[in-house]
Amino acid sequence: MAPRPERSFGMAVDTVACVGCSACVIACKSENQVPDGHSRRWVNQEVRGRFPELKMRVWSDCCQHCEAAPCVTNCPTGASHYDLATGTVQVSEADCTGCKACMASCPYDARFVHPTGFIDKCTLCQHRLMQGRTTACVEICPTSAITVGELDDPGSDLSRLLRSRKTRQQKTAAGTRPRFFLLE
Amino acid sequence: MQQLEVVEFTTTRANHLVDPGLQIWGWEVPVYLFLGGLVAGLLILHSLVVLLRKEQDMPASYGIVPMLAVPLLGLGLGALFLDLEYKLHVLQFYTAFRLGSPMSWGSWVLLLVFFTGGLSGFSALTRTSWYRGSVLPKARRLQRLADFAGRRRRGLAKLNLALGMVLGIYTGVLLSSFAARPFWNSALLGPLCLVSGASAGIALAALLSRAPEERHLLVRLDLVLLLVEAVIVVLWLLGMSNAGDAGRDAVALVLGGSYTAVFWLLFFTVGLIVPFFLEIMSLRRRWSETLVAPALVLLGGVVLRFVLVDAGQLSAVGG
Repeated sequence: MAPRPERSFGMAVDTVACVGCSACVIACKSENQVPDGHSRRWVNQEVRGRFPELKMRVWSDCCQHCEAAPCVTNCPTGASHYDLATGTVQVSEADCTGCKACMASCPYDARFVHPTGFIDKCTLCQHRLMQGRTTACVEICPTSAITVGELDDPGSDLSRLLRSRKTRQQKTAAGTRPRFFLLE
Repeated sequence: MQQLEVVEFTTTRANHLVDPGLQIWGWEVPVYLFLGGLVAGLLILHSLVVLLRKEQDMPASYGIVPMLAVPLLGLGLGALFLDLEYKLHVLQFYTAFRLGSPMSWGSWVLLLVFFTGGLSGFSALTRTSWYRGSVLPKARRLQRLADFAGRRRRGLAKLNLALGMVLGIYTGVLLSSFAARPFWNSALLGPLCLVSGASAGIALAALLSRAPEERHLLVRLDLVLLLVEAVIVVLWLLGMSNAGDAGRDAVALVLGGSYTAVFWLLFFTVGLIVPFFLEIMSLRRRWSETLVAPALVLLGGVVLRFVLVDAGQLSAVGG
């Protein structure tokens, strides 16, 4: 059972507003100095339906910062852990052995091996959140498709959006209780 | 004609270790899991021989088998070490104990196995003519250790039996704890790997034994284990095929998918069914006992681990 965090940050991506420009991916790489050939964010494109009634959805995706994160449970050293100040899932480089148990346990395949050897992923720009700023991806998004905020604060932009829009979460069958929402 | 619904999914993710074909663990982890299971089997076999007082009837299982356990486990851990991406941090495994992480449990169990299995192995070594003829018995501390291991033979056997079973189950539970991979997410994987490891241990002992009575007994034991293994495999696949869309997609990897041929031909037929019938024939004296059946059992054990680890990484929860 995960300890209750002081604050619980989450993220929502508007699949109607997202145009898949990948500016968020680049901003994240730049902000977090993500090495070449890797990315903490990515863009998905899904086409569904019967021709000619096809529907396309595009969304920017990343670590879902799950409340019941299997990467944290399966980590043998405690390197993958919950950050109690923000409710996000973080990796402590100093404790990581690079065993990749977290990669195998992540249903979202959100993690990768950093060239240094530790396992890397989205931090939800924890360093920025602690300074009261928002994430690099939110800041750069030209269509304001990405929203980050506190899930426990009913007055936050994120909570208001989640109340007013139809939402979906990914791979709920995995039972991870993600803090990442898609707005339909 | 009704048109099919289109579902097309593309992603711009560019993590070369993750996409396009998910590859988390390479050859190192299946080799480690196989050797871990094999060592578990060797320890269980040796312990049973000691506890049932069959030392005279089963000289290889009593004398040679325990000496192999720790070197083989060392080889397996060497493979695991090669797989670590942050090798300098390897000792971090022993700065924490994580109750929910099977890998953490495994790290500590391996340490205990090194200690108790090593003591049994050393005790067996002191009984060899090579050791007695060397200068080593003159070293007082070594002799004291040998005396201790000799005196505590049955106690060590009990410990090794328990730890061998935990180690064998652990090699399966390590994978089954990953709910994100439906191919692995079955409670049967622990028993499957335990039985497969025990069968491999017995096969190795049969390869090493020169006593016909011992080989006869080992073949009879292995027959039971091969049968149990086949039943568990069928139950595991049945369970997966009834576990919703994700389970059906996962089981399709070995039922028509890319791992079908290697799983059914190389593992199930060549590594399980063929040695089973060869062993039955040898018991009925229609086939003289050769090294073929145990060698095939060992091959089957290796192939099972490779299919498990490789195919499991391709399976995913949908939605």
